Amino acid sequence: MIDARGPRWSAGLTSIVLIIALITRSPIVIALQLVQFGIGAFAGPPNSPYAWLYKRFVQPRLSKTFDSEDVRPPQFAQLVGFLFALFAIVGALTHTWPLFTIATSFALFAAFLNSAFGYCLGCKMYLLGVRLRRG
Amino acid sequence: MRSLPLIVVLLALASAYGFWDKKRSGKINVKADDRHLVRSSEIGSDLGEHATILQFSSAFCTPCRATRSTLSSVVSHYPKIRHVEVDAESNLELVRRLDIRQTPTTLFLNAEGKEIARAVGAPKRDQVVNAIENLARV
Repeated sequence: MIDARGPRWSAGLTSIVLIIALITRSPIVIALQLVQFGIGAFAGPPNSPYAWLYKRFVQPRLSKTFDSEDVRPPQFAQLVGFLFALFAIVGALTHTWPLFTIATSFALFAAFLNSAFGYCLGCKMYLLGVRLRRG
Repeated sequence: MRSLPLIVVLLALASAYGFWDKKRSGKINVKADDRHLVRSSEIGSDLGEHATILQFSSAFCTPCRATRSTLSSVVSHYPKIRHVEVDAESNLELVRRLDIRQTPTTLFLNAEGKEIARAVGAPKRDQVVNAIENLARV
């Protein structure tokens, strides 16, 4: 169980980074975000750099009472973000800008929804994915 | 800065969708027709004597936990109504037949196991109480 505000705060930071990526078209910016997504998806959101920033600078300033959540839903969202960022970085490195823009836009859409509305990507996507995969 | 209009449109679309989704989420919709029948063998549990509240959950679902606690606490006041939670992923056949697309999805079944109402997303406590009072009458 983790502090449910952590992933939402990380999603906010992710949104800002993705906006910067869209504006600058910088492979370095999207690569940094890819690393964040990768660590979140494979080592777990609490081990990611944004989670470290949250615990170091944000959490101490917030109320001590908070909603907790299972780590798996945000981890699933990080994996979805990782896949989009992977496409985005391929687009940026090969100068295929439509690919970069579409992939980054999807990631921004999801990250913003998560941050602003507490949107649960795993709730909407996981079961549909399983239903499709197992024909 | 060419992508600025795109960013504005994206954030506006995401906000519109977010508000729409929030409004719709957890609303209990009464089913007038196309009522599915659920048998106790399919959910691995007996049906409640008066009604059953069947919750579909999954691993990657934060509101499933809140839904579980809302439903079980409401149902504890009604001995003849049973709350049953099933894992959607391990009941795919049932999930397909009932057309469950996301979690949590909650079905309100009458004594025979017929679906009377359905909520997609985490339902609110007072809405659940309302739905249960209605279930008692059908």
